[in-house]
This record gives sequence, structure tokens and C-alpha cells, in this order.
Amino acid sequence: MPAVTETIETIDRLAGGGYKFGFETNIEMEFAPKGLNEDIVRLISAKKGEPEWLLEWRLKAYRAWLTMEDPHWARIHHPKIDYQDLHYYAAPKRPAPKSLDDVDPELISMYDKLGIPLNERAALAGVAVDAVFDSVSVATTFRESLAKVGVIFCSISEAVREHPDLVRKYLGSVVPAGDNYFAALNSAVFSDGSFVFIPRGVRCPMELSTYFRINARNTGQFERTLIIAEEGASVSYLEGCTAPMRDENQLHAAVVELVALDEASIKYSTVQNWYPGDAQGRGGIYNFVTKRGACRGRNSKISWTQVETGSAITWKYPSCILQGEGSTGEFYSVALTNNFQQADTGTKMIHLAPNTTSTIISKGISAGHSNNTYRGLVRIMPRAHGARNFTQCDSLLIGDQCGAHTVPYIESRNQSAKVEHEATTSKIAEDQLFYCRSRGLSEEDAVGLIVNGFCRDVLKELPMEFAVEAQKLLAVSLEGSVG
Amino acid sequence: MLEIKGLTATIDDKEILRGIDLTVPDGEIHAIMGPNGAGKSTLSYVLSGREGYEVTGGSVTFNGRDLLAIEPEERAAAGLFLAFQYPVELPGVGNANFIRTALNAVRRARGEKELDAVAFLKEARAAIKLLHMPDDMLKRNVNVGFSGGEKKRNEILQMALLKPSLALLDETDSGLDIDALKIVADGVNALRGPDFSALVITHYQRLLDHIVPDRVHVLAAGRIVRSGGPELALELEARGYAGLEAA
Amino acid sequence: MNAGDFLDRIDLAALPGAVSRRARAAARFRATGWPTRADEAWHYTDLNARLKSFDLALPAEAGSVAGLIPETDLPRIVFVNGRFAEDLSTKMPGLGCYASDAALTEGRDQPMVALNAALAQDGAVLDIAESVDAGTVLLVSIAHAAHQAAIAPRHRIRLGAGAALTLIEIARGEGEYLHNPVVEIALGEGAVLRHYRLQDEAMAAVHVATIFADLASGARYDSFTLNCGARLSRNETHATLAGAKADVHLNAAQLLTGSQHGDITTIVAHDAPNCASRQTVKSVLSGAARGVFQGRIEVARIAQKTDGYQMNQALLLSPDAEIDSKPELEIFADDVKCSHGATIGALDPEQVFYLRSRGIPEAEARAMLIRAFLDEALEPVTDATAHRLFEDAIDAWWRKGVL
Repeated sequence: MPAVTETIETIDRLAGGGYKFGFETNIEMEFAPKGLNEDIVRLISAKKGEPEWLLEWRLKAYRAWLTMEDPHWARIHHPKIDYQDLHYYAAPKRPAPKSLDDVDPELISMYDKLGIPLNERAALAGVAVDAVFDSVSVATTFRESLAKVGVIFCSISEAVREHPDLVRKYLGSVVPAGDNYFAALNSAVFSDGSFVFIPRGVRCPMELSTYFRINARNTGQFERTLIIAEEGASVSYLEGCTAPMRDENQLHAAVVELVALDEASIKYSTVQNWYPGDAQGRGGIYNFVTKRGACRGRNSKISWTQVETGSAITWKYPSCILQGEGSTGEFYSVALTNNFQQADTGTKMIHLAPNTTSTIISKGISAGHSNNTYRGLVRIMPRAHGARNFTQCDSLLIGDQCGAHTVPYIESRNQSAKVEHEATTSKIAEDQLFYCRSRGLSEEDAVGLIVNGFCRDVLKELPMEFAVEAQKLLAVSLEGSVG
Repeated sequence: MLEIKGLTATIDDKEILRGIDLTVPDGEIHAIMGPNGAGKSTLSYVLSGREGYEVTGGSVTFNGRDLLAIEPEERAAAGLFLAFQYPVELPGVGNANFIRTALNAVRRARGEKELDAVAFLKEARAAIKLLHMPDDMLKRNVNVGFSGGEKKRNEILQMALLKPSLALLDETDSGLDIDALKIVADGVNALRGPDFSALVITHYQRLLDHIVPDRVHVLAAGRIVRSGGPELALELEARGYAGLEAA
Repeated sequence: MNAGDFLDRIDLAALPGAVSRRARAAARFRATGWPTRADEAWHYTDLNARLKSFDLALPAEAGSVAGLIPETDLPRIVFVNGRFAEDLSTKMPGLGCYASDAALTEGRDQPMVALNAALAQDGAVLDIAESVDAGTVLLVSIAHAAHQAAIAPRHRIRLGAGAALTLIEIARGEGEYLHNPVVEIALGEGAVLRHYRLQDEAMAAVHVATIFADLASGARYDSFTLNCGARLSRNETHATLAGAKADVHLNAAQLLTGSQHGDITTIVAHDAPNCASRQTVKSVLSGAARGVFQGRIEVARIAQKTDGYQMNQALLLSPDAEIDSKPELEIFADDVKCSHGATIGALDPEQVFYLRSRGIPEAEARAMLIRAFLDEALEPVTDATAHRLFEDAIDAWWRKGVL
């Protein structure tokens, strides 16, 4: 969260304990009844006043989901999720605000606590924010200034109403409704999310940011983000997430689709800090996310950067389909797990066209009793002459009760392609720790420092405000792991 | 004798050589000097048959043969040798094995008897001694872990053993200290004779203090813009290349 | 053919040895059938697709196989169509056969190991006593006149503490058949086994070998496998470092062309501290060949100070060749040094040009570079006979016109 720079200190007082964003907000909410069936899908669609085609699309996804099984291949373990015991729609009761001035003051103050001022005067200059609270977008800042250059930045519900042709053209074009179990579920019940459209030749004048907050109990969050960069357009998009501390697990199954046309570039950065559960492994978010970008145009570029410190379970593989000649895919990832967290995350780079390039830098840090898995696929198809991939996966273990795993799949069907993969696993060297401590650092600070150094290649890809935040987050997330 | 007539060549459709005319008679050493980007290395690669260079016009005959029509290994068998500016590393390929394989391939092509391992080692050791090189040079993998100077000396060692009739030395002096430079020059001078000629490509005059050329040519923007005796090199050293493109 | 149908036609009770063990193994195999790609361990190798058209049966009598046995002065043990060929073998003390041995390890659940247990009739049983250096032994397994037969020898090698052995294992044959050997190896404290394997099967054959090597403390297992025959092959090695300071070297190379499919799979389990594992696996793929490498290093919580290294590299020599590689690390101990690397590419044109500029013809230049590429994998091969065998096999590969 770009705007959360100073959050940790300020929230510390409010929350107490390791997780700094665990407070609950009391807002009068409207819930759909628990459970999932076609009527719930219809209800969600009706609540949002959607056109018939979108309802049909949702229903098709729902029916596909019914025939699917949840995937078993990831190295994660959890009790069976009871999909009938969840609310699939939760929204603040007050009618949707027409402008920022109409937003419920309780919400404004919650976002303030999180360090996301929705008041444009107080906001960080140069960052537009879409705030998603449980199932709905509650506010989007700087819309007018963006509109002046033709950039559309709004909630996806609004985009369905205001820009139906664009949504219809691109929705599901990168992640089809029946792509996988969680994507199908999301397609059936997605409630809100962000929509970004950068028209031909426009460099988006400010960073765009969405801030996701799960608040309500027993509620799944299923947001859907769609970003389109037309020919020659470029945008940097940031995403942040938090949730209250609760003893029960909560489900989050999002879908993000990116489309880059000729010479376009999209930079997508995430700091994922959903509630990870407590030190005994109780509670926390189950984070099952499908993120995929299509480099459709020549020389287009999609770059994913993620810092994953939250969630009880993280299951996500932000991917790039390199369809355009000369296109570039990047994946920079830090995944930190502590206590009983489980992360199975990585990427897929599918090289379809000639002279496509991909880079994967993954840094996994395991502490406590956690398990952290990098899982990635690099696939070079026969047409991808001259394709290049470089992958570097490093794992760091802190303590002897955790696990670090690396599962790359590397497939090449083109002679002229060049693929390089390196992976290492190590622990923090005693002499590094001693060196720092002999200079007066506490052991925790020394570990934090070394971990930040270990992650430097990824953190430097983040926009600056995010990088500062991410560094602090890493240190906070490691609390209690040393000694 | 090497005869180059109206040679033009491109890389990725960009014209680098724009009509080179040059004759190197047997027994003579010619130097080619010129500023960066003049096409010096391109000329040596085109002559040795490297891929990626498109000859768009002109001819090159070498001892009466059409050099451009034959494969790189046939050019080597015909007596052409290129000392690379940046010799490539060959991990896993032993230097002795490599040079003997090359030597025997060349001998086979020339209808000569192949050398057995013993005879080869004897020759190689003698050459190494002559060039003041360490003995382990033969045992190491080709150019792997060699310093810049060692790589250049390894090129000269190969030249000494393959005994070409025409050597192309592509900036062999770059990155060499004065001792190594002398060793390289000695290696070339040792081959001097009526059946050996060389084209020494260099940016600086200092190598030519040790390998005194019969003729000096100035290459600029893909053409030979001036030719003269050894004194031309000194003149260039004093006055630089400025203004030559227009000449 | 359906896996169950094929077993139904064989009277397992008529085979020598313990009937109940065969029946149990057959039941295990029936439960899974031929491995398919849905099985993660067989993600890149579809054995079912290859074997379902085979009309498998037990092999008939073989003819003369003398030409398939390499000429050496070494003592040798020969199996033909899965049966011990006493007349072709050297008389050796301590050599038994599978059927008479009731103590073979059960509980290996892999389908192809279960199939082997159901069908195996003979196998080499080598017990090397404590501190004995048994020198070099040749183990040859031949398939002959064995049209669409399933041949399943099961070998067991045990080295006492401080014992040493060099074992050269060769698989060869003629025609279309399934060769499914299993080798179980137990190395006592400080024992050293050098295991050199040449898979040189007929081009229509299917070869699926599974090797289990269990190492006590201080033991050393050095192996190299050259995979160049068979239409479809899989060499799966499970090395378990059960005692401290054990050391394993699992190298392999595969040279494939035409429509060959070759799979090298390794699972190295570090179950004790201070052990080292080294793997260098190289694939050279021509024609429309497909190479697979799967290698997993598992480090248990107790296995502190593990040093695990794995490198796999592939050279694609033609536009239709394919490589699939899955190097895995599974680490539960923190004080470890584990790494893997993978590279895939073509021959470097700069290197080819350098050699050609010295007069070496293109095909020879390519062969030289490929041979150099393989060199690192051959490093554990210290035995002269084994070395010669591998060089001959590599030379034979050039003659297939792959360059």
C-alpha cells in the first residue's frame, strides 16, 4: 500500500501483537444468505444490476465449477472447505456513495487507520486508490484527473455499467471462466474489484492502487481485476490487502487478468498481508488466487512483483502468456512464511512467439513451522525461436522446524531457445549474524537486515513507497522467529 | 596470394564493408589500421567464413581459389588462419586434443599423413618452449580460465602448429602487456618466409614495432582509404585517424 | 493391453519362488495399472500410452546371444530373457538367484517395481563380505527372441562394511519387448560401490529400470548411467543416505534420436546428517527425440549439514527435439547447502565456428563439443573397461547420423 508507509507504527497501538491490521470495523452490513446455488449467483448479479450476458457467463462458470474438484497438487494442507457455510455477498448497508463525500465516515476512518487516506487532499500525491471493502468497491480517488487523459479507473461493477463493451471484450479472455476450480468459483460469484483501461499511447500519469480489505465474518471475498493497456500504453498498478484477526479461516479467491497490446507495458505490484493466523496456526486467510497476463502485442511487457507475507495459505501463480513477438514477462517474488503458514507460489511463463523473454526471481523465506514452496513452469513452444528465460530461485530457512521447497517445471521445444535455471537453499550464515551483532544490532534486527538483503533483487522492483512498506512488513512478519 | 576485389558485406542489412580492394602477395606482411567501427573485424570474419555476414558483392581469391565459396574448415585446410580478437572458451575440450584434432584434419585435407599423439606432443612442446609458454597450457581446456594474454598466446601456439600460409591477426595486441606482445610478435616473425603472409589488423602502431609490415593500409568506413609503407603507421600514430574518412 | 488382462494370462503360481509374495505384488500392480501422466512421478513419461498396444507375455526360449555380450576379461553374470544363463556366466562364489531368496525387500510401492516382483524369476545376488574388494564384475541382461515379452530380472547387491565393488551393468536386446529390471543395493558402513550402467536396448524396446541404493554411514555410491537405446526408457534411482557422512554421486547422460523418449529420474533422500549428494545429468537430443529429467533432493529434518548439488543440462540438436526438466528441492533442515541448476540450449555457434576455423570439419566439430558437454557426467567412471564401453556407445551414436 503506497499510502501505508507509516502504518506499522501507527497501527501498532491499535492492534497489539504481531499482526498490525487485525482490528474489526463496525459497519452495518447486508449479507446474502449463506451457501452457494444458482439463486445466489442470480442475486449477486441482480444486486449489481448486471446485463443478461454477464449473468449467463456467471451461471456457466458456476455449472462448470460444480463439475470440478479442488486441486490437490500444491504442497498445502487444510481441512475441507465447506462452500455452503459462507456468505458470498457482503456489503455496507448504506447506499453506494456517489462521491467521496458520501462515503461512510466509519469506512473513511478505517482506511485512515490502515494508512489509506481516501480524502484526496490528504492522499499521497500521484497515487489513485480504489478501496474494496468485503464485496464492494467503496471509493475510488482521483478519477477525474485520470479521466482527463482517457484513463478509466473504477470498480468493475461500475465498468460493467459504464463500459460494457470493453468488459465484455476482455473479461475471461485471459483467465477463462472454467480455467481452474477457484477461477470458476470466482467467475460465478465475483462481487467487485478494479477495472483499468489505458487507451492507446497513454502513459498513466499516476500509480493506480487497489486496497482490499476483508472485514465481515464467514464471508468469502471474490474480487476480479481487469487491466487493459492498449497499443503503446503503460501503467503501474499496486495492490494491497489486509483482514481482521479471527480464529476461523476465511476464503479469498480472486482473479486478475491483464492484457497488453503492441508496445504496451503493465507493472503489477502486490503486497499481500492478509491475516496469517496466530502463532498456533489458528485462523488466517485461505488465499487462492489466479493471476494471469497476456502479452498479446509485439514488444509488450508484463511485470509481476509480489511480496507475500500474509495468509494462512497462499496459492497463487501470477503468469505471463507471451503471445506477441518480442514480448517480455517478469516475475519478482518474495514469499515469507512464519508460524504455521503455508505458501505454494510461483509463476508460469508460456513462450509462444519468437524472441520472447522471461525473467523469474523468487526469494522464499521460511520460519517457524511453516512450509514455503516455489512452483513454476517455463514452457517454450515450437514457434518461440530465440526465446530466453532466466530463473533464479533462492530459499532461506530460519530455524529447523520449517520447510523450503522448489518445484520448477522446465520444458523446451525450440532448439534456438535458451533456458537457464538456478536454485539455492541456505540459512543465514552464523558469521553474517555475528558480524551484525558485533556492530551492535540485535539478533532480530540483524536477521531483518539480512533478509532484506536476500530480497533486494525483488524489493528494488517495487515502487518506492511500496518497497519501504514491504521491508518493514518482512521484519514484522519474522517477529518471534529468532532465538 | 590473397586478392580481394570490390568486397562489400552487410550484417543485418547494414553495410559494413563498402568495396575493399587489397592484395597480399606471398611472403609479405600487411597491416590494416583504422578507427573503431571501420570494419576491421568484419573483414577478418568475412575472410574466415563466419555466419551472419552477408557478402553482397566482390570477390576474394586465395592462391587461385574462390575463398568465399568454401566452408570455414576448408579455408583453414587451404592455409588460412584467424587469430581471434576474443577467442571463445571450450569447456570440456582439452587443448592438446583440440589442436591435434585440428592439425590432423588440416593434414588429412592436404593429403598429408596424420600425426600420432607422441609425434604431436613433441612438436607441441617444442612450440610451447619457443613461445615461452607454461607447459600446462596443453593440459587445460581450450581457453577456459585463461587470462586475456594467455588466450592470445594460445592463438599464436595454434598458429605455430597449424603453419598457415596466410594469418589474419585480429587485434591480437589488444590487452597484452609488453612481454606478451613480444612473444606474439616472435611467433609471427618465426613463420616469416617466402611462403607465409599475414594481415595484421590493429588499432595501434606499437605491434608494428615488433612485426614490421611491408605495407600499411588504412580502413575507414568500410573502405581502404590510404596505403603506404611502414612509415604510414607512424604518421597515423602521430596524427590520429581524424579526417581520414573524407580522404 | 490393459495391465490386469496381461497378468491374468500368466500363471504366476507356476513361476518359481514364493507364491504369496507374487500374488501380493500382482495385486499392488493391478491396483494402479501402468503409470500414466496423471501420476505426478510420471508427469512427462506416458508409459501407458506406449505399452497399451503391446500384447505382453512371458518370453519364449532365446537363441544364441553371444554377439550381444561385450568381450572383456572380466568375470560376468549373464541373464537372458530374465533367466540366469549359467553357461554364459563366470562361476562365482556367493552368487545366488532371486527365486531362492525370500528376504527381498517388500513395501516398494512403485507400480513397475510391483510388476517386477510379480514376474521376476532370477536375478544376481551379490553379497560382498566385510572389507573385501571384489574388483570389477560385469552384469549383462539380454532380451532375445522375446517378442512383446515382459522381462523382469531382480538383482540384489549387498556390500559389507568396508567392502568395495565395481559393477558394470549392461542391458541389450533385439526386437520389441519390455525390460523391467529392479536393482536393490545395500551398502554397509564405509562400503564403496561404483555402478556403471549402459542402457543399449533394441530401438523398439521399452526399458524401465528402478534402482534402490541404501547407504549406511560413510558409504559411497558412485554411479553413471548412459541411456541411449530403447524407444522409451526410464531409469529411476532412489538413493537413501541413511547413515552420516555417506556420499552419493548419481550421474547420467542420454543420447537420443529419432522418436526416442528417455527419462532419467532420481530421488535422493538425505536421512542423516553430513551427507553429500552430487548429480550431473546431460541430455543430447536429436531428431524428434524427447528427453526427460526429474530429480528430487529430499532433506529430512535430521539431515543437518547436507551438501546437495544437482546440475542438469540439455543440448537440443534439431528443431523437433524436446526436453522436459523438473529439478526439485524438498528441504526440512536449515543448516544445509543445496542447489540445482538447469540449462537448455543449442550448440554454441561461436564454438562451432572456432573449431571450423582451425580446420575441423563441421560434423567433427559438433561431435567434439558434444563429447566435451558429456565429459563432466562421465567423471565418476574411473574403471577402464567401463570407460571404453561408454566411449564405444558414444561413438556408435555419432554413426546414427545425428550430426
